[in-house]
Amino acid sequence: MDSLNALVVIANFVVVPGLAYGSQLALGALGVTMVYSVLRFSNFAHGELMSFGAMVTVLLTWWLQAQNIGLSVLPTALIALPIAMVVTVLLALATDKLVFSYYRQKRSESVTYLIVSVGVMFTIGGLIRFIIGPADRVFTDGQRFLLKARAFKKMTGLNEGLAIKTTQGVTIIVAVIVVALIFWFLNKTKTGKSMRAYSDNEDLALLSGINPERVVMITWIITGALAALAGTLYGLDKSYKPFTYLSLLLPIFASAIVGGVGNPVGAIIGGYVIAFSELFITFAYKKVATYMLPAAWAPEGLVQLLSTDYKIAVSFVILLVVLLIRPTGLFAGKTI
Amino acid sequence: MHYLVGEAMTGGYGDADILHECTIGVDEGEIAVVVGPNGAGKSTAMKAVFGMLGLRSGRVMMDGEDITALKPQERVRKGMGFVPQTNNVFPSLTVLENLEMGAFVRADDFSNTLSQVFELFPVLKEKAVQPAGELSGGQRQQVAVGRALMTQPKVLMLDEPTAGVSPIVMDELFDRIIEVARTGIAVLMVEQNAKQALHIADKGFVLVQGRNKYTDTGKALLADNDVRKAFLGG
Repeated sequence: MDSLNALVVIANFVVVPGLAYGSQLALGALGVTMVYSVLRFSNFAHGELMSFGAMVTVLLTWWLQAQNIGLSVLPTALIALPIAMVVTVLLALATDKLVFSYYRQKRSESVTYLIVSVGVMFTIGGLIRFIIGPADRVFTDGQRFLLKARAFKKMTGLNEGLAIKTTQGVTIIVAVIVVALIFWFLNKTKTGKSMRAYSDNEDLALLSGINPERVVMITWIITGALAALAGTLYGLDKSYKPFTYLSLLLPIFASAIVGGVGNPVGAIIGGYVIAFSELFITFAYKKVATYMLPAAWAPEGLVQLLSTDYKIAVSFVILLVVLLIRPTGLFAGKTI
Repeated sequence: MHYLVGEAMTGGYGDADILHECTIGVDEGEIAVVVGPNGAGKSTAMKAVFGMLGLRSGRVMMDGEDITALKPQERVRKGMGFVPQTNNVFPSLTVLENLEMGAFVRADDFSNTLSQVFELFPVLKEKAVQPAGELSGGQRQQVAVGRALMTQPKVLMLDEPTAGVSPIVMDELFDRIIEVARTGIAVLMVEQNAKQALHIADKGFVLVQGRNKYTDTGKALLADNDVRKAFLGG
């Protein structure tokens, strides 16, 4: 019984939040990895692109709420999301047309692209603060929980409760569907295969008649859509605060690199690796220890490896270790 | 007049010319081989014919049409297939996907061409679902040639197809190339292994420093004492 209670504690505070957070990171990392493998640069503007998508969702959600349009138990944001994805895709295509295409024609080094993407990052960030401001906003509505802690306790008779927020459930389900769609697209469709071919060997892709401009355009479409999706899901789950998306950039890049940058499977796995490492290392094991150890050994402190303030540091350390030991990442991506 | 010919091509990278009035060509169903010492401009001549190198003078004609101004991709659509010397497959794509990418510009059903390629290179059928990057050098060359054949080209251009493969694999590749030519495709290739290549060649072009030194049938070049002494090791 005690060990079951301990398991429930871990499930409630680590596994469920980890799956949700990991899905958000995975979707973000997938976007980063797509840009890296096709356009061959690390897109630092990706965090702000996510923020932009979430912002559009927030604005639309407000409007929908004012019109009394909703999804009853599900968040209204789900109706706004597809439109936000389209708007973000348009922004991504616009930045490519206005900024990146110039450097592509000049055949710039990838470092130049990287610096340029930092500029794009600040520009989009400024645009967001101009439109919606820096405040923290909660925009989720509908039913708050899929499974309430109290209901779980009643159902199982355990001391500990397991709660699953609606936003967590939505995040995980949407992530699974979208990832499945992306892999189907990349592996089964002619266009998807041509993108992989272009990423593999640009010159040979040209010789095969693959149009690079089309490949680039589709990459931005997918990246923009993924960014809006990841940004919105993250904002729904936590709250929408523009500043957090800047700090989200690190775990997202860590996910992409840990998995092997340029490798979509790696990006997904990397997302979960980073999410679970952050949570397992900053989790307070006191309750678990109390259940598992004899009463006399029960710890007084929190039994926490690191304070949650160091969450970002965890992804930093993992990133460093991977770069030192296995620079290509877990799933042999390209070395940066 | 050849079916495909680069006539009096002069040009190079930057200011210095590598090719000087160089002419290479091939006819349908034939194998033409470009040989010569290192740095003779063999690969450069090939690239010039394919449009990867700007010409200062001279022209490239295919089927009586002047294609000098066309980009490589446009030449592919005109019926030229090109197999580069290195990086000639998509390493993370499977063998089958590599071949499908070869047929990218085709809107029609290419399953017939696919089975012809599999017939020609049976090993590719066995390894169809394996990533091309995991294959041996010789098998990878077969993928590369197969990919180029998927567009149903009228001309197949090979830049040192046997570079880095064992002599046994080389013989096998040459056999396959002869089979390709028998289907009516014009094969133009650059070869480091001059002797073996001239054996299967209908036509041979010996280049030295970007100029045509000897041009004749493969047999005649092999029989020519000067050519033998200078380029074929006696």
